[in-house]
Amino acid sequence: MAIAHRALSAFARMAAVVGALGVMTAPAVHAAEALHPHKIDWTFDGPLGSFDQASVQRGFQIYKEVCAACHTLDHLTYRNLGEKGGPFVASGRLNAATGAWEDVKLGPPHHGGKLVPAADNPFVRAIAAEYQITEIDPTTGQEVTRPARPSDRFVSPYTNPYEAKAIHGVAPPDLSVIIKARHDGSNYVHSLLTGYVDPPEGEQPPGGAANLSYNPYFPGGWISMPPQLLPDRVAYTDGTPATPDQMARDVVSFLTWASDPKAAERKQTGLAVLIYLTILAGLLYAAYRQVWRDVKH
Amino acid sequence: MSGPSTYVPKSGFEQWLDKRLPVMRLMHDSFIDYPTPRNLNYFWTFGAILTLCLITQVVTGIVLAMHYTASVDLAFDSVQRIKRDVPFGWLIQSIHATGASMFFLAVYIHMFRGLYYGSYKAPRELLWIIGVAIYLAMIITAFLGYVLPWGQMSFWGATVITNFFTAVPIVGTPIQQWLMGGFAIDNPTLTRFFSLHYLLPFVIFGLVILHVWALHVTGQNNPDGVEVKDKADTVPFTPYATVKDLVSVAFFVLMFAAFVFFLPDALGHPDNYIPADPLKTPPHIVPEWYLLPFYAILRAIDFSIGPISAKLGGLLLMVGAIGVLVALPWLDTSKVRSMRYRPLARIFFVIFVVVCGALGWAGGQSPDKVIWQSSSFRIEGQATGPGGAAQTYVGAGVTLEAAEKAFEKEKAKVVAAGAAPQSSTVTTPFQFKVTQFSQLLTLYYFAFFLLILPILGLRETPGRVPETIAKAIGAKHAAAAAPDREA
Ligand code: HEC
Ligand code: HEM
Repeated sequence: MAIAHRALSAFARMAAVVGALGVMTAPAVHAAEALHPHKIDWTFDGPLGSFDQASVQRGFQIYKEVCAACHTLDHLTYRNLGEKGGPFVASGRLNAATGAWEDVKLGPPHHGGKLVPAADNPFVRAIAAEYQITEIDPTTGQEVTRPARPSDRFVSPYTNPYEAKAIHGVAPPDLSVIIKARHDGSNYVHSLLTGYVDPPEGEQPPGGAANLSYNPYFPGGWISMPPQLLPDRVAYTDGTPATPDQMARDVVSFLTWASDPKAAERKQTGLAVLIYLTILAGLLYAAYRQVWRDVKH
Repeated sequence: MSGPSTYVPKSGFEQWLDKRLPVMRLMHDSFIDYPTPRNLNYFWTFGAILTLCLITQVVTGIVLAMHYTASVDLAFDSVQRIKRDVPFGWLIQSIHATGASMFFLAVYIHMFRGLYYGSYKAPRELLWIIGVAIYLAMIITAFLGYVLPWGQMSFWGATVITNFFTAVPIVGTPIQQWLMGGFAIDNPTLTRFFSLHYLLPFVIFGLVILHVWALHVTGQNNPDGVEVKDKADTVPFTPYATVKDLVSVAFFVLMFAAFVFFLPDALGHPDNYIPADPLKTPPHIVPEWYLLPFYAILRAIDFSIGPISAKLGGLLLMVGAIGVLVALPWLDTSKVRSMRYRPLARIFFVIFVVVCGALGWAGGQSPDKVIWQSSSFRIEGQATGPGGAAQTYVGAGVTLEAAEKAFEKEKAKVVAAGAAPQSSTVTTPFQFKVTQFSQLLTLYYFAFFLLILPILGLRETPGRVPETIAKAIGAKHAAAAAPDREA
């Protein structure tokens, strides 16, 4: 991206600025109004909502087996998956003699066990090891490949930033914060993934492009992403039927977690802070009544 | 106003210090013994809330600057790093981003308070004007800060706003290029915006010191708008004002925390989670909510007046909207300070507040959005039937497009029946769009300051103003004791 940015000709930039002014002064172009996404009762909605971890785990599987072919997830590292609130957080017992973790189980520590640091988390290590990192060996100056470690960022399917656009016509957006980058993000992405239909009669893709699909939830209707979640697109290991709706719910749960991995911690802290402040405000009000009790005002 | 100092240094060190640098005396006289009117209501606690907001923004901002990278290639990512990887970065970033909104919420309440109770009138003109300077500095600081995360709104907001400077004759384009550090918003813009965003809060800090200094010279105004006469009118700052300020601060922080922890994105725009792309213009470019009224005024002018282009007109009005506040102490001709005793002014004030809210709404809409239209679009076509008889057919719709679609359908029917279409006429309804609405609102905004307040002060019959604060309180309690004899 960096180089592309720099290489932009001055002309292109001026054109973009003129475009922006057009937006302000010219009458708005009435593109086909996108449909409003349908509402889903997400478990993570609201101040007390939390993630259904099984769903986030299945969502990761969808991301890995389907979306990752085209989409990057640049802001995530593999260790994030095993950190507090992550889908592959694990607990176990540290053997002081060997320094190894024993009885490691998926899930946060409930009874006795301890949270396994993400770097030692075997589930995370296994996921990372499925990917190869290409880098320069500083001692030889030669390109080498090695399996990814938990500290590595999610590996991109592309070798350079231009490839994405060259292959798909439109560069598929990075999905790290996609849920936050769309209005009503979770509902929108669910509707988008399950909302492909035949185009209305007489509706033609712009410029007659053959590689566009019709999706009424996408602004403008024509999208460069073909339908992805056809029935049984993946085989779930926990026996959940892989219906399009279920797969969309799972991948959206995963992406919502990925857009804000600190959400659980944030809500938990927030609850304590609000309780504390309510008590404080109450006490201060009582103090105020006491101080002013004999003063007419 | 504060009268002779009552500070008595106790320990030997305090006596030593007092002879050399009387800071303890200053603190004592300003925040302990300082006499405050006893009738102040909770609107007078917002100065304390604003002080807290400023400190919060500066402290969280300094921490963010330790992790933020002002480069077009890294800025967006570095904000994500802060939220994801910096210990408590999610909290600090959320406080800073939400804090800007809270700061403006508090300052708007503070300013409307001043407007309602006439706190800008003699002898507090300068106190008010310093306030306006603070407000201007806050707007600039917030605008600069919004560019830093380098999302789509950051980039395009900066593009639109810097572009307005080109409307200034002759020096406009050089000014715009000087602000941007080049011919477009790019790395030099980002680095200078960051530098200035770090600088300005300290300028605000300096202004706040002057503001509070001026306040402590004139003393506070109060809801009854009568000057303090003697000790019966006041209570010492500590504990009376202190504890009241603390109650207010606690409730404010409670609301602040609700946003920080549970609605961190509610006040932002989703587009700013899309990295800036100079080649892709977002469909709607809007600033943050607290600047929307000015944005509406900026875009309200869609006609030129002589040599003043529409763009320049908008810019002048926006600058004027803040400038008029500076002149306010001399525009309001009323001898009565508080609108508590100005029933007519009170009505115009309430309308003014609603107008400011409506300007905010208008600033968030597309200027061409139709608010109301007199009827539907109607296209009437004439055709000659197979036998030579004249025939008419009609297509109607809420928009011209819909009417055309309906019209084409009718036409096809007519043609199928063997008639030959001749001509057609389009009836366009009257449309009231956001731009016109903004114009009306802008008109009221300026009329309030330039016409209503100057004339009202000379013409209205104010209510009976109590002689002293103590008497006002006495009357209030008497009225409360005998509710049927409401004053
Ligand atoms: C074959 C490649 C491909 C696969 C696989 C794919 N996408 Fe996409 N996706 C794209 C392209 C190309 C776009 C850009 C579409 C456009 O802007 O027209 C896109 C856009 C999107 C968008 C943004 C839509 C918007 O509002 O701009 C989302 C969300 C998305 N994809 C989610 C997913 C998810 C979730 C998966 C996995 C279930 C997935 N995609 C799988 C190619 C793909
Ligand atoms: C950083 C922003 C600001 C801070 C920290 C601040 C602080 C204060 C404080 C502590 C007070 C005394 C307590 C009170 O009356 O609430 C005060 C009073 C006042 N402020 Fe501000 N202020 C700020 C911005 C403004 C602005 C933008 C304006 C107007 C444009 C303004 C106008 C006034 C006036 C007129 C008073 C006197 C009110 C009275 O006594 O009736 N202030 N300010």
